Amino acid sequence: MMSVQTAMLMGLLAPLMVAVLTPFLAVRHVWRDAAGPVGGVITFIAAVEVALAVLDGETPRLFVAQIAEGLAIEFAVTPLGAIFGLVASGLWILAALYSVGYMRGNHEKHQTRFAAFYAVAVHAAMAVAWSGNLLVLFIFYEILTFSTYPLVTHKESAAARNAGRLYMSILVGTSVILLLPAVVWVWFNTGTLDFRPGGYLEGQIDPTMVPILLGLFAFGVGKAALMPIHRWLPAAMVAPTPVSALLHAVAVVKAGVFTILTVVVYVFGIDFLAKTGASQWLIWLTAFTILVSSVVAISKDDIKARLAYSTISQLSYIVLGAALASQMAVQGAALHIVMHAAGKITLFFCAGAIYVQAHLTKVSDLDGQGREMPWVFAAFFVGALSIIGIPPFGGSWSKFMLMVGAADAGYIAILVVLGLSSLLNVYYLLEPLSRAFFREKIKSVEVKRHPLVVIPPVMTALISVALFFYNETLLELAILASRGQ
Amino acid sequence: MMGSVILTNLPALLVAVPLLLAPISALFPFAGLAWAVALVGTGASLIFALLLQSVTETGARISYHLGNWEPPWGIEFVVDSASSLTLVVMSGLGFLATLAARQLVTNEIAEKDIGKFYAAWLLVSGGLFGLVMTADAFNLFVFLEISALASVILIGMGAGTDRRALIAGYHYLVIGAVGATFYVIGVGFIYAMTGSLNMVDIANRIPDAGGSAAIYVGFGFMVAGILVKAAIFPVHIWLPAAYSYAPSAVSTLLASIATKAALYVLARILFTVFSGMPDVVTIALSNVIVPLAVGGVFVGTIMAIYEADVKKLFAHSSVAQIGYIALGLGLGTPASVSAAFIHIGNHALIKGGIFMAIGGFVAALGARASLDSLIGIGRRLPLTATAFLICGLSLAGLPLTAGFISKLYLVRAILETESYVILSLVLISSALSVVYLWKIMEVMWMQPAPARSPKLVENPAIYLPIWIVALGNIWFGIDASWLVSASQMAAQILFDISPGGGA
Repeated sequence: MMSVQTAMLMGLLAPLMVAVLTPFLAVRHVWRDAAGPVGGVITFIAAVEVALAVLDGETPRLFVAQIAEGLAIEFAVTPLGAIFGLVASGLWILAALYSVGYMRGNHEKHQTRFAAFYAVAVHAAMAVAWSGNLLVLFIFYEILTFSTYPLVTHKESAAARNAGRLYMSILVGTSVILLLPAVVWVWFNTGTLDFRPGGYLEGQIDPTMVPILLGLFAFGVGKAALMPIHRWLPAAMVAPTPVSALLHAVAVVKAGVFTILTVVVYVFGIDFLAKTGASQWLIWLTAFTILVSSVVAISKDDIKARLAYSTISQLSYIVLGAALASQMAVQGAALHIVMHAAGKITLFFCAGAIYVQAHLTKVSDLDGQGREMPWVFAAFFVGALSIIGIPPFGGSWSKFMLMVGAADAGYIAILVVLGLSSLLNVYYLLEPLSRAFFREKIKSVEVKRHPLVVIPPVMTALISVALFFYNETLLELAILASRGQ
Repeated sequence: MMGSVILTNLPALLVAVPLLLAPISALFPFAGLAWAVALVGTGASLIFALLLQSVTETGARISYHLGNWEPPWGIEFVVDSASSLTLVVMSGLGFLATLAARQLVTNEIAEKDIGKFYAAWLLVSGGLFGLVMTADAFNLFVFLEISALASVILIGMGAGTDRRALIAGYHYLVIGAVGATFYVIGVGFIYAMTGSLNMVDIANRIPDAGGSAAIYVGFGFMVAGILVKAAIFPVHIWLPAAYSYAPSAVSTLLASIATKAALYVLARILFTVFSGMPDVVTIALSNVIVPLAVGGVFVGTIMAIYEADVKKLFAHSSVAQIGYIALGLGLGTPASVSAAFIHIGNHALIKGGIFMAIGGFVAALGARASLDSLIGIGRRLPLTATAFLICGLSLAGLPLTAGFISKLYLVRAILETESYVILSLVLISSALSVVYLWKIMEVMWMQPAPARSPKLVENPAIYLPIWIVALGNIWFGIDASWLVSASQMAAQILFDISPGGGA
């Protein structure tokens, strides 16, 4: 049995090693392409080890460096961090496999650079998950932005460059203009940047300023894609699909909502937030984002754009859970990080598989293609149902808990919003399927078989099913988190 | 003992060694030897500065009396935590700039002029060191002129590749002379009213002068003169042309040490010389320095966004960064002044690296660095371009680089003063700085080099010094303890020297 510190070191360094070694392994494409999945397995084992330690009530810690007095680069895993670490590393294994299939099947250029930055992004996501204080969180939040930029602009076309500009300007802009002062504000007011059980802002800050500080965090974390700072996410869809799947449905966006959730639970403290009512405005803003982005998703014919707007809507579920500031809602939010990740990565994998195998990108082109790619569409079906929140798929639990949380907190209108959103989900996620199976074929395409892009979505779809039945560990972690431990 | 003789005379040596080596290097007909002399001179300065810093870092104050004349009659050099930190930053970057200069200079300056080039180089360095150490207001003017005239020579030597360097040098000469004249007029007023030229002595005598208008006029002239030298908006107009048409090595030297010395002098004047009239100084800080600083931050950033010539772009960026430092000084709290010192150090590191790397591009391309000529340079000169990228990210304030530490402490200091408008302006401009940086990075990394562009070779003599600076940017982004505590000590010392307090 390795020590927890070793596991943390392994989980943080394995992706970094993959990134560093990729250019050297590139002499043999097989070596280079094997590095990602192998690194994923190592990272995942480490994440499991760390999560088990957290379940035992420990707070695994890893001290790296002292920047200056009161500013340390230190990792300390909270239950919430353990959950996010499991999600990011576990899905990386499949995404790395998928990525090989996708990049090869699509004959993409610069595959080495792609693989290297992909691993750097995973490293940054793991570091965000396990960060021991706000400074470390901020540091790796920024590194995550910068490391994904070469992935977004991978095609090096004018469209990719423009999307990259939008991506950087929103993510860097919000983090510098809003998130940084929020972090420094906490530091200046309390003298610390640590995460502490139950939060520590109570009594340290003028209560009238709490909504403002929360606003700085909510909008400063552009990665949570609250409206109106969501535009970067659809823009990022110009990236190759493996990026959209792991990074823009899991690692990057989840780093955003994870940041908000962590700040609410371990800095503000949910009791303090509930008491001051400082998060009420955020509840309504998330409700707005949930509904509006669902409606926009319906209007999108491009599969990836539709999924992107669906992600924006689902991210707001998690922020909603934080804003409701009740234990049940926070549990729901924490679980939704996992459930949505499994569901949405499946959908993106499918979108990419359809593109690689049949070169279709639009929902309206899918008419009658169902039988051509039965596995892909079956996986899509499972992922969609999980996102919609229908049992027996993972997503149903978290949605249910969020609804209970909203009812607990007395927000009946939010129940209506969540219900309405599910209906909209049904429409925009199942429409592609109904077209694929119940319409006449309008385009005859030659389907090239690439098993490496089909197996991962099937696996993640199975994970979505499994998460409905086997989720005690995650639930326990979520409960720990909701108690602010 | 030899050791203690050197120790007690360190302040004098720091000025004398570069100044005395200057004529020697001018005599050498061989470029390599002249460079070696300059390297010895700047290397020795670095050692002297580090020794001085180690003695003064805990708050000790070294006073050196030139010719053994007692102050306030004689000229006094003072080295304390504030000046020694500035000296270390300047001499450190000065040494690295000299290291890089060897190769950068060969393409830009005729072989026969290289001896003179390094002579002027050493004069600039020695003059600026004197500027920082002197405690005599008039002697400061002398050092100001030594370094300014030598700088004009250095800038003008860019004429070998671009004739516009002559105009740039001439502008600097004229505008710099106006600034120096303003300063010396101010000193005249102060001397007339207090009868002293020693800075601490002036500080002690100002309360006795009883709020006379002449003192205020003198104060205004002195500050205005130094604002010109420090290139603070709107009297920064000499800087963009001077930096961009000077030879690359000179841009490196000026960007990393010249304005830093002037900013240090500004701090000394505001917080030491006129500490006897805090009300007036406070008014000047909040009504003049702060608005000008914020103005500079914006003007510099926006000019940089619209500039296509890369050297000029970073010169505009310097105007903005100088604005941040001036803002730290202008807010006038210990936290903000220490943030200013932190950024003096970090910005020297950032801009030193950036101008060195641009010099590397120019040397390899044989053409001015513009957004067009740098297309695809990332893959043609990967080592230089990567070091440039690191320094650029540091400029943008990416965490784990030196620039982030500056930003962190500056933001905290502004929050402490509760000036939220200034805070938001600073944050917006800081986000905007990513725009001009990204414009270059896109060109360098995201666009393929034009077809049939010749293969370029990287020269270790060019990229090694750049990499030292680039790694320094990372080092000081992760272990900032030394710079932060030295800066906090510097700010404390600046505020402690109050009338009657002496040291």
